[in-house]
Order: sequence, then C-alpha cells, then structure tokens
Amino acid sequence: MTKTTSIVLAGVGGQGILLASEICAKAAGFAGFDVKTNEVHGMAQRGGSVIGQIRYGEKVFSPLVSQGEATVLMSLERIEALRYADYLSPDGLAVVNSQKIVPVTVSSGGAKYPENAHEILKSTFKNLIYFDANQIALELGNPKCANVVLLGALATALHNISNEIWLDAVRACVKPRYVDLNIAAFERGLVAKSEL
Amino acid sequence: MFGFGAILPQTNAVRHELFCNICNSYKNTGMKHLLSGNEAFARGIYEAGVTFAVGYPGTPSTEILENCVKFYGETVRCEWAPNEKVALEAAAGAAMAGARAVVTMKHVGLNVAADPLMSLAYTGTQGALIIIVADDPGMHSSQNEQDSRHYARFAKIPVLEPADSQEARDFILKAAEISEKYRTPVLVRTTTRVSHSRSLLELHEPVALDREIGFQKDPSKTALIPFWAKKLRVVVEERLKKMTKDNSDPNGWGVNVEELRSDELGIVTEGIAYQYVREVFPNASVLKLGCPFPFPEALVRNFSYKVRKVLVVEEVEDFTEQHLRAAGIACEGKSVVPNIGELSCDVLRESKSKLEAPEEPRGVNAWCKAEMKTPLPNRPPTLCAGCPHRGVFYALNKMDVNVTGDIGCYSLGVSPPLSSLDTIICMGAGFSMAHGMAQSGQSRKTVGILGDSTFFHSGITGLLNIAWNKVNTTVIVLDNRTTAMTGHQENPGSGKNLMGEETIAADITEIGRACGMKNIAVFNPLDHAETVATLKRAVESDEPWLLVSKSPCVLILKERMGAVRKIDPEKCKTCKQCLKLGCPAIEYSGDVPPTINSIVCNGCSLCNQICKFGAISE
Repeated sequence: MTKTTSIVLAGVGGQGILLASEICAKAAGFAGFDVKTNEVHGMAQRGGSVIGQIRYGEKVFSPLVSQGEATVLMSLERIEALRYADYLSPDGLAVVNSQKIVPVTVSSGGAKYPENAHEILKSTFKNLIYFDANQIALELGNPKCANVVLLGALATALHNISNEIWLDAVRACVKPRYVDLNIAAFERGLVAKSEL
Repeated sequence: MFGFGAILPQTNAVRHELFCNICNSYKNTGMKHLLSGNEAFARGIYEAGVTFAVGYPGTPSTEILENCVKFYGETVRCEWAPNEKVALEAAAGAAMAGARAVVTMKHVGLNVAADPLMSLAYTGTQGALIIIVADDPGMHSSQNEQDSRHYARFAKIPVLEPADSQEARDFILKAAEISEKYRTPVLVRTTTRVSHSRSLLELHEPVALDREIGFQKDPSKTALIPFWAKKLRVVVEERLKKMTKDNSDPNGWGVNVEELRSDELGIVTEGIAYQYVREVFPNASVLKLGCPFPFPEALVRNFSYKVRKVLVVEEVEDFTEQHLRAAGIACEGKSVVPNIGELSCDVLRESKSKLEAPEEPRGVNAWCKAEMKTPLPNRPPTLCAGCPHRGVFYALNKMDVNVTGDIGCYSLGVSPPLSSLDTIICMGAGFSMAHGMAQSGQSRKTVGILGDSTFFHSGITGLLNIAWNKVNTTVIVLDNRTTAMTGHQENPGSGKNLMGEETIAADITEIGRACGMKNIAVFNPLDHAETVATLKRAVESDEPWLLVSKSPCVLILKERMGAVRKIDPEKCKTCKQCLKLGCPAIEYSGDVPPTINSIVCNGCSLCNQICKFGAISE
C-alpha cells in the first residue's frame, strides 16, 4: 500500500483555514485518492490558534496527522508554524506566511512575541518557503485570497497531485465570481520564492 | 472513489457547473461524495424519511441541522428549540404521532434532556425517535468531558457509534429501523472527530415510507401514571433482553463487524477509535462495535476465543471494558489506553508500547523542539474586535463584585485582561447561582451574566426565582440577537426561525416584566459612560435588577461599526489602559506605543472612549 500523504494547515481563527482545507481535500479526491480531513469549529475559531489536517492515499483511516508525519506544513501566520512544527516530517516542506498577528496575551503583557522569529524558522525548518502572501493577495486585489496563494506554494511539494487538478479543486470550492481571483492567487503561489 | 468523467477544458464559469452542489465533487460520474460527519448525518436524516428534525446548537453537533435545512429543508421540517429538553419532547411528540423524528444536541445538552429521555424509554414511540448526541472528548469547545454512552445504559436504550461519514449516514437509517422495530428511542453517539472530519461516502435516494401519520390513542402505552408505568417498567427489561440477543447475533443489526487477521491480539473498539486502531495495530484482529449497548456479550465472547489477548480501545470512559469484565472476559483496556482526553494514533502508539516491547521511536522532530529556545506566546480564543460584550466586562472588571457567568462567547470574559467572570458551570447557572450567592450572606454584591440564547434556554426560570424570592442581585442579559459561539443560529429573539421564516422576536424586557422584575434597564455596552452608570445604579441598589446589554454581534453586521481608530504616538503616554480591553486589534509588543491593526479594528470606539490622553481617534 502506498504511503499516506499528510498536510497540516495552521493559522489564527478567521484566516481562512477551512477553505484551504477543503481545497486540499477536494484536490486529493479529484486525484483519485481516499481522503480524510479534520477541522476546528466552535470556540477556537474566535481568534485562537487553529489547525486543519488532511490525509490522503490509497486507504486512509485516521483523520488526524501524527507527529513527524506531515509532508507539508502551511502556516498563515509567522509563529503558528512553530507551534505545529512537530507534525512535520524531518524532510517535509514548511510554507509560511510572513504575516505577524500579535496575540492578546502579548499585548496585555503576559507573554512575548519572539523577536527572532526569522532565525527560529530558519533553524527549525530544513525546507522552508517564507514569503508575504498578503502582499501578493493585495496586488491581486483581495487580501482574503492569501490562503490560496500559500496553497500554490504548498502544491509544489505534493507531486502526486497535478496542477490541473489543484485548479479544479479551487474552482469547486470558491464562489463563481471569485474563481478567476483564486486561480490567479494559486498560480502566484506556485512560483513564490522564499524570502529567508 | 472519485473519478473523472468526460471533462473538457472550458471556461471557469462553465466548469463550476460540473460540481455537485452537496459536496462540490464532480457531478454524475458515479463517484463518492466527500462530506463531514455532520453533513452525512443530515443526509442520513433525509434518506431515512425523517420529516421532523429539531435541536439546540452546540459544538460539535450544530452543523447537522444547518445542513439538513440547507439541502433537505423541503422534506424535513427543521427547527431550533429554546433548549434540548424542549427539543427532545418536540421530537417525541412527532414520533408518537408516527413520524420519523430526529433530535440533535451536544453532550451537555443531553443532561438537560435527560428527564424526558428516561421516561421516553418506557413509552417508546410509534415512529422512529433518534437522538444524535455529540460528545467532545478533549474539550475543544466544552465545559466538561462526558461519555454519553452511559445514558444508553442508564435509559436501557441502544446506542450506535459511527466511525466515519459513511456510517454517520448509514447508522441513521439503521437507528430508524431499530427504533420502530423495538419501539425504543435510539441514541446515536458521535464525537468531535467524527462530526468534523470529512470522508468519502455513497449517497442514496430516500427510503419510500408508505405510512399514514396519525396519533393512535392508547394511554396505557403513552401516559406514565404509576399503574401503567409499572407495567412498562417490565417491558423495558424484556425489550433490553431481546435487543441484547439480537445485537449479539452476527447477522443481527449488521453494525458490529469482526475483522480477523492475527490470532495473537484482538482489539474490541468503536467509533473514531477504530480508525486509530487500524493504523497503529494493522495486523491485529478487530471487533468493531457499531452498537456497544445493549452489550453484544456473545459476540465479544466468541471473538475473545479467537485471539490470545484482548485489548479494548475506546475513547474516554471504560464503558465497554466494564462490560467485558462483568462478563468475565479477560482484557486490557484503560490500564494502557488513557481515559482522559482524545485518542489519536500518537496516543495509541504509547499504549502499544506499554502493551508490548517498545517500538522504534518514530522520526519525530525532536531536533526542532530542542532548537526552539524562545517559548511561543499562547494564542487563546478572544472576544472579537468590536464585540459588544467587551464593554460590559471592562466595566465589571473595575467593580468589586462576584460575577457568575455562563456558557457562550462571553465565557471568554474570564480570560485576562478582562478577567471578570468568577464561575462558569452550565447553561442558566449565570442567573441561578447569582441568586444563591446573594442569599448566602456573604457581603460582596453578586452579578449574574448570560447571553440572549442562554436566557431563552434556561435563564427565564432563574430570573423568575430572583423576582419571586426578592433577591438582592443584578442580572445581565448580553443580548446580541444571535447564538454567536456556535456560528450564529437563530433563537427566539431573532425574529426568524431555522427554516428562515419571519416570526416573533421575543422581548427580554417584556419577559422580565412578566416575571415580576420591577427594575429593568437597557443599555448600550459600547457606550462606556452609560454602561458604568447603569451597572453602578443597579449594583448599589438593594433590589433585584435586570439589565439588558443590547448591541448586535459584530460578526453579523454587514459593515464596520464605525471608522477604524488609530493611536497618535505623539499623544500616547503608553499608559496601557487601552490594552486592558483585551482587543485583538490593539497590538503592543513592548517597544513602541501600542498600535491599532486597521484590518482587524471594527471601529467600536471603546478604546478612544477610555483613553485619558485623547491619543485615539478616527
């Protein structure tokens, strides 16, 4: 049996993890794989740290990703990638958005946001694509598509799903009037270069 | 499996038409659909010919009814009830009249509905009565961790446990058959990871039910006066015996599955735990219990004869393990599998190493942890930027009062820096506990808080009690016109119901007056001066007060509430007063004065109202 591929998506509640997760699941399904996903609903969505998990392969049992198993870890926020770093396999790819969202615990003085996040990211992830997806999304005219820009970069690490299938998955998951925007976002992500 | 039809390159708009409107996979290519457990439950409800589905929102159960009304509202009447007890009773009424009915709730909701459940187990219903209860192991979004299987044994009714979306759909159909065949309510227990995981399943057309709906009067079966209840008490035991026998039959209900692989280790498991077992113990024999109660003793005993060692893997309690032990079937269980929190493959690997020789350590990113010298700041959920609850909590934080809180978004008022709730127990307790604390004789004034949906759920009786017994306490309803935490479901104050119909919008102050409250005030929580003045007036009085904090949830507003605020670094003295609001839009890392994130800010203006230096403006 072929190995199961695992994806972990991290971010802050409200950043668009649910849509990114759905696109990944759809792409895996369109490529003919068995697929399972897991999402966070309820209280954690209120600005808390959230993850989405997708696993696909010939036959998938658990919807949850094990430690050290993920082929790719994508984070919509700079340090959220570090929080879930243990999920990534040592050879896996980390795709990290440079956006910084300061948690209330930091603003209210109870904790510190790591100042040297760049260094920690570099030393934590052997394979890292770190860039400003929000900037690209703004250039495309809608800051909300940053998640799909990052998905484009993520797709480069998943060789068992073709770009055509990814694009169909994007089409299937977004409203018709946003299809062109999100296709463009995905394609920008495909060629994104790491800024670290 | 998904497959490809003749899909030709077309424009984006045309290609969009190719996708299934239920799950967005390709249409008409004979492939499976990718649905979450809750979406699959909704499909099962539709396919089983259920015509009445009712519930109260609660994570992780909420999306069942939301999907039911969205896709199948034409054949299934879907309703939110004010609480779970009302929901179950309404479903029972429909089922007694011969319809197939479903009720949905989270685990703590079943506590509320336990009263009718225990008695409905005696009467049963003519049509199917299915109770879907969603447990939350690991407490992702709950105040406690319960195992609802206990209710099945308590009420002596069957419980089915699906392990993925396919079974979520299948078991609703199965539950309908069992409910009608044995005239019993049937519990379907799901968990967070079943409800919120997507997996592939096949859909079918709804069953054709050829039946007349009509209540058949026979009080000896439906009116529990002691004379008839004593007779039905015996019926319950006889039914349980019959169901135990049928569930033990390998060809019985078809929900328990034996998979023989090795004759060494045999694992008895159920629900989502099955998925982890299959990955961590790929060579073990497995008996997967789709129906753990009535305990299929003969089936389990027979399975135990086929293996040398039996392990029970179940999430949370040792429910099934106790049944094995009571039957004298030797097994391991909670000796190696934790009974607190969720299971996962990682957790089961530890159980496995306890059970046998430790396996080789996996390629865990140990090096990553070692190199991460800076600890990460916690990122707990917080009240949204512009949330009206913030105004109340900020004001309460500065008063010397006890605050008995409740369940909802406003539970987040307990976290720093707002830190203004002292107790959070269950729906309704925000009012009733304020009552008791005030009557205890302790000197500090007590304020009770709950939200509008919680008020309709179980706050009204507490309020009536406060008025009736003349309690010196202030109670506040945070009225944001919606059930926010679970995703903005309608409630009796919304003016709409789940079907989208225009209807009454229950008025909280009118209800307060009808309960006998003499002192009632409504205030705008985003007006700081008004909030403080209203709270002071009530708290300093020695009479019962009902306050209604009225401002809609910021997430249901179509536009920003006001202009984005900004902080003038010249005027700002970094006194950090604005940071005490705990607003996610106000960012401060300790070097330069705080700044306001213009994307996050909703323009509620609370921060510029409290800034003493006039440093915050539009």
